[in-house]
This record gives sequence, C-alpha cells and structure tokens, in this order.
Amino acid sequence: MNALLSLQGVSKRFRGLVAVDAVSFDVAAKELFAIIGPNGAGKTTLFNMIAGAIPPDEGSISFAGEPIGSLPPDAICRRGIGRTFQIVRPFPALTVEDNVIVGALLHSRDVGNARASARELLRRLDLFDQRNRIAATLTLPDRKRLEVARALATEPKLLLLDEVMAGLRPTESDRMVAILRTLNRDSGLTIVLIEHVMRAVMALASNVLVLDHGIAIAQGKPEAIVRDPAVVKSYLGAEPV
Amino acid sequence: MAAETPTSTLAHLVDRFARLAASMFGDVTPRAMVLLGTLLVLLLIAPWLINDYLLTVLIVVLYFAFTGQAWNIMMGFAGQLSLGHAIYAGLGGYIAAALFARFGVAPWLGFIAVIPVAAACGATIGFLAFRFRVAGVYFAILTIAFAEFARIGFDHLDFVNASAGLFLPVAQYSHNDLWHLRGNPTMFYYVILTAAALVFVLCRALLKSRVGYCWLAIREDEQAARAVGIDSFRYKMAAVMISAVITSFAGVFYAFFYNNLFPEQVFNISRSIEMILGPIIGGIGTLFGPILGAFVLTGLAEALNATLAALGFDLPGAKQVFYGVCLLLVVVALPDGVWPWLARLIGVEEGRR
Amino acid sequence: MPIDVYLNVTVAGILTGLVYGLMALGLSVIFGVVRVVNFAHGEMMSIAMYLTVLLFSSLNLDPLVMLVPIAAVLFVFGYALQAGLINPFINRPEHSQFLLLVALALIIVNTLLIVFGPDARTVQTSYAFDSFQVGVLIVDATKLYAGAAAIVVAALLFAFFRFAPLGRAIRACADNYAGALVVGLNVKRLYALTFGIGAACVGAAGVMMTLIVDVTPIIGPTYTLLAFVIVITGGLGSMAGALLGGLLIGVTEALAGLLFTPSAKSMFAFAILVLVLLFRPQGILGRRSI
Repeated sequence: MNALLSLQGVSKRFRGLVAVDAVSFDVAAKELFAIIGPNGAGKTTLFNMIAGAIPPDEGSISFAGEPIGSLPPDAICRRGIGRTFQIVRPFPALTVEDNVIVGALLHSRDVGNARASARELLRRLDLFDQRNRIAATLTLPDRKRLEVARALATEPKLLLLDEVMAGLRPTESDRMVAILRTLNRDSGLTIVLIEHVMRAVMALASNVLVLDHGIAIAQGKPEAIVRDPAVVKSYLGAEPV
Repeated sequence: MAAETPTSTLAHLVDRFARLAASMFGDVTPRAMVLLGTLLVLLLIAPWLINDYLLTVLIVVLYFAFTGQAWNIMMGFAGQLSLGHAIYAGLGGYIAAALFARFGVAPWLGFIAVIPVAAACGATIGFLAFRFRVAGVYFAILTIAFAEFARIGFDHLDFVNASAGLFLPVAQYSHNDLWHLRGNPTMFYYVILTAAALVFVLCRALLKSRVGYCWLAIREDEQAARAVGIDSFRYKMAAVMISAVITSFAGVFYAFFYNNLFPEQVFNISRSIEMILGPIIGGIGTLFGPILGAFVLTGLAEALNATLAALGFDLPGAKQVFYGVCLLLVVVALPDGVWPWLARLIGVEEGRR
Repeated sequence: MPIDVYLNVTVAGILTGLVYGLMALGLSVIFGVVRVVNFAHGEMMSIAMYLTVLLFSSLNLDPLVMLVPIAAVLFVFGYALQAGLINPFINRPEHSQFLLLVALALIIVNTLLIVFGPDARTVQTSYAFDSFQVGVLIVDATKLYAGAAAIVVAALLFAFFRFAPLGRAIRACADNYAGALVVGLNVKRLYALTFGIGAACVGAAGVMMTLIVDVTPIIGPTYTLLAFVIVITGGLGSMAGALLGGLLIGVTEALAGLLFTPSAKSMFAFAILVLVLLFRPQGILGRRSI
C-alpha cells in the first residue's frame, strides 16, 4: 500500500528508559490518524522523531516513499511535514500576522506574497481580526489556532498535531475539530494527531493507534479501539465514551 | 510593446523607488518621520554649527552608532551575543592600513580586500559556534577568546609592526582626499555620517525582508523556527558574516581617522564592550536604539570629561567607570533599553515588534 | 634544552596552576550553584591583590598572614553582590546577568586604575628570592608557599561541601532549585553565601598570586578569561575539574612560555578553550555535581 507516512520498528531509548519500543504503523494520504495513550506513553517522542527533532535509535521512518529518519527539522518541514507543539510555541514578541508570515515564507517568493497567504490562513482560522496583536498576549485557544495557522502556512502535506485540544473548552475544541475536518476534506491534508480528548478523536479519526509505555497495544477504527479490552484497561477505563 | 522613452523609464524608476520607500517606511508614523527628518537635517548641517572639537565628538558618536547597528544585527535580530566584535574592526583597520602604508592602496580598495577576510573570520566563529552548539554565554566567551587571540597574534606580527604599532603616513594635504581618506575632520564626519545612514537603511530593509523575518523567528524560538522550515544555521551564519563585514568597515575608518593602530588597543576587550554599550543602553533589537545609545553615551561621557577637566581632575578611566555605571543602571532598571521607554513617552513606537 | 629546565618549568607551572585552580574553583562554585556567569571574577581577584599590596606596603605583613582577613573581605563583597544586585533579578534572561557583571568588571578595573594608577606594584617578601633545591629541581619559595596554601584552601573547601551541613545544603540547591525551595531551604540566602564563598576563594587566590606576579589594574580581565578557560576545560560544576584545569593551564602556559615567547602563552590557553568548546564542551570532568 502506498502509505504517505510509514514507520517500521521505530525505537528510542533515553539512558536506559525505553520511550518508544519498536512501533510500526502506516498513515495513508488524506487520512485522519489519531495516536492515543496514557501520559508518558511515548507519543510526543514519536512525533519528535517524525519531525526530526530527535533521531530514532532503531527503525525507519519514511515519508512519500523517502526515508526521513536522519533529516533535521527544517528539512522535514521542507519535505512537507508540519507540526505543532504540545506546549504552544508561537513567536512571542511577533504579531499574529508576522508569526504566520514566517511560515508562509517557505513557499512564497517575497514578504508581500507571504503576507497575502498569511492573511488568507488567518481568515480561515478565525484570527484575522487579531492579526496585529502580539502573540504573547493571546489567549490559549487563540495561540493554539495561531500555531496551527503557522504550520499550515508552510503548505504541508502532513500535519502533526500534538494535543492541540488540550486546555480548550468543548465549544473551542468543536471549533478546532470543524476546522481540521474542513482542511482534510477540502485540501486533502493528512493529519496525525496526538489526543487525550476522546470526543475529538471519535469525531475526527478514521484510524487510531494506542500507545502504552512505548508499545503499540492496539490499532484500528475508533469504534473498535474503544471496545478493545487492553485499551480499556490501560487507558480508557470502563466508562462509555 | 510600446517603445521605452526616457521619461517613461524615469517614471518607472521613480515608481519603483517610491514603492521601495513605502515598503520600508510605510509603517513609520508621521511623528517618527518628522523626528527622523529633523535629526538628519541637523546632522547634515552640523559642521557649520559647531566647532572642530564637538565635530570630533560627533564623529565618535556616529562611529558607535555605526558599529552599534552592526552588532545589533547579530544580537538584536539574530539573538547571538558577541563580545569579541573588536576582532572585525581590528582586522579591517589593520589590513586596509597595512595595504595603504606599504603599497599605497586606497582604503576603499583596501576595504574590498577586507571584506572576504572579515566574512571568513565571522564564518569561522559562526561555524564553530553553530555547528558545535556553542550558544549563549559560551558563545560570548568564544568570541572573547578569538579577539584575544587576534590581539596577541598581531602583537607579534612584524608585518604590521607588532606591538610598536602601525602608523599611517600623515602628509600635509592641502585639500581633502576622499579616495585616500586624508583630510580634515569635516570630510571624515560626512563619511561616517553617510556610512551610519546607509547601515540604518540597510537594517531597516533587512528587517522587513525574508531574512529579517527568519532572524526574528530564530531569535524568538529557534526550534519552532526550524519546525516551519527555517534553516537556522544558514541564517545565523548570514547574520554573523554581515555583522562582521559591516564592523570591519568601521575598523577601516578608525585606522584612517586616527592614523595609528596598536593591537593592544584595537583588539582589546574594552573596544568590544564599547561597541555593545550603545545598543544595550539604547535598546537591543530596535532600529533607533543603537543610535540613541551612541548619542547618549558619548555625549554624557564627553560632558563628564569636560566637567572633570574643568574641576582640575585628570582621571584616566573615569569615562570607563561611567560606561560601566550606565550599563549597570540600564541592565537593572531599563532592561529593554532607553529607546523603547523614550519612544513610548513621545509616541513614536517602533512598529509592532 | 636540558631536561631539568623542562622539569623546573613544569614544576613552576604546577605550583602556579594550583593557584589558578583555586581561582577557578571559586568560579566553578559560583557557576555550579548560582548559575551566574561571573564575568567580574578576575577583577575581584585584582581587588584582593591590591588589598594585599596595600596592606603589605603599609603594615609590612606577609601576604600569607593576610590570607584570611582578605578572603573574609572578599566574602562580604561577594555576599553583598549576590544579595543586593543579582538575587533581585534572578528571573532575568541569562545575558542580563552576564552584562551586569561585565558592567561591574568595567567599573572595578577602571576604579583601580584611577586609584592606583597604571604602574605595576609588587610584593617583595623577605623570601622573595629564596628557592629550595631538591636534586636538579630548583623551586621558588614564593611559588611553593603559594601552591601549598592553594592546596590547603582547596582541601578546606572540598571538606566544607562534603561534610558541613551548610555545604550540603548548597549542593542541594545546585542540584535542584525547586526541590530545595520545597524542603524549605532559603535558597536566596544560600546563593549569597555561595557567591561569598566563591569570592573568598578568588580572594585567597589573589593573595597567593601577589607572591608570583606583578599587580596592575588591567590583569583583571585576563584572569577572568583564564578562569573561564580553566573551568570550561576542567568541566563546569566540577570542583576537581577546576583544579585539574588549573594545573593543565598552568603547565601549558609555563611550557609555552619556555618553548615560544612568554607573551604568547595565553594563546595556548585560548586554543585549548576552543578545542574544548568544540569537542568536549562538558569539559574533562564535567558533570553537574559539586
């Protein structure tokens, strides 16, 4: 199968602690793929390896058929993978618009073009009215949307979202879900998201991977996952979702 | 297509220039423009208003405004703290001066020879620092070490007269020789004024360009910048090299203005610190900060010297103590520098950064 | 060159290196615990050196006798500096503190220049020209005493941090700031004490250094840089590393001075610094323990 993103036996150790243990999965193009699991399961480490922030100790990661395991973060972004961070990292002293311009510069000829693209994205993500505000003064939900906008400005084929719903109220996370669904449907953007908010996972994902202590314990459609006894035991608990 | 007439070409050029000016100064408030314009006019007519001594003071002010802006590119834009910038000025001065003293090469040509050396020096320091993850304070110490290395090295370099110092021939010129940079203070004044103004425009242009955005992103959060595709290594190298080349020109000016160079003075860490005082006191990362800092610092220092002289004290080192106290006060009380505070006060805030 | 010249120079380098080591120890303690980059370290040492010279010329007291009082003065200075100027701004960005100390260094150097003038001062003790002979080894008495004193002070410091409750509290701070706060340690006070201790170290080193070199106002910056080279080479946060680095630099300098020109000896220290920063930035013994 022609997966867009493919991980084979990827492992990472931190001084004796195995953070990720031989994890393998494929993400098809245009898919909405969720990775869930308890805290400390290795989800962000996995993301960091895909995004090039840390190198995998074992295994291979390939994107659009090309290996990317040894590339630095900026090269990975240029290949077409965008990411957000678990703890939001906008450029604090820059304005909202300038934040997105930085991302847009990757594919724009000049600042003027970048600004136009940035404004377009800000409109789509409902941040246009705040474009002149300093990023550090934004509320958390707005900063999260800003980070998504900035990542989208790099015109990725695959977007890695690390707990983008965390800290959002249900209405705000519904809004984010709607935005992501639209992006996936209209631009064919493949999205891989780490999420704890099961409501969002159920609403978005077509495929779910469950990680626990670095090991992939289950993978499949969301409806099947929530009934999987191993998943229920390690993460979800017996309450219906 | 219609044939290009001279007037249409001219109109086209004017239009391009106007667009460029608008893009660079478009977001500057009218108040700021007036201020800027007034300052420029005053500086242009200064030689007619003041005596030679004050003119020399202004030359020093503009020199520090120039070097301050060059250093600001590295620190204020790209976020790298260099405390060894004297090395670039020293290299520039020595190379141009040696070429002139030994082979009669004009300083402007000499500067062309200086550019690759300064760029290479900056590239070396940058490469060592960035490839090997030497950051923050360690980077600062590395830059200090390089400058010290140069100081000791040149102290033993007989080609430039080692520690005895390199002297430029000061023949009696009946007129100002701009090509050889021999002449009266007024000529030097306009040279450094032009240079400082050009660097100002350059900094403005850089900040608004793709390079500027990338630098600011790197300064704010290098990892996040890389995550949106910015090759931070390349941009940091560019910042170091541009800053190095610009600073090296200051060295050329210094050599031809003062007509003598001693490694002990030129590469001394005090020179490096003097270069950074302006931008820090004025405001790192701002456009006007280094300029204001240079004015305030040098102006007050000269006032101090004059006062002490009037009171009959001859205290070598008083000026440096004063610099130290200013730096201390700014770091403690106005960490963003004097300019942001002043700008807010008079309502000319510098854009949204 | 005959082997005993090398030997003598090496021994001299070792003894000087011990004093360097003590100086660097002070910096290591300050940086390791308070995480402040003391850019005024060498300048503080020059204060101690001038105090020594002053007291020697007016009271004719041997420097080693003045070791404790001068170290005490520097302790107070360091304590006051941390408590008054650095602690209040502990949450500022790193380069802020660095620049604060750069400013202080500038002030100290030039104040000394104003007060004492640029000429070199020396301390001519009664044993200034004595030396001991052990076989082919000829050791200067001044260097020997300085080196011995350095060992004693360093040993006291090690003992303090290992056995004294206060010393262990300071180490706890270094290891875990938040944890130390949680268990009720008055971290700010401990920081001030640590800076004081570091300053006392460098003060003691300064007193010993007057036995070896001439004193001018401008040696401050050179020693600051040297202290950093030593600490980075030996390993940040490692006390043994600071001493080891001091010995290494002392011997390198001495041999370089012998084989090349004496004035170029610091170039080798810088070369070592660059190499360490590139290839082993944590230094030879670097780990975060004190």
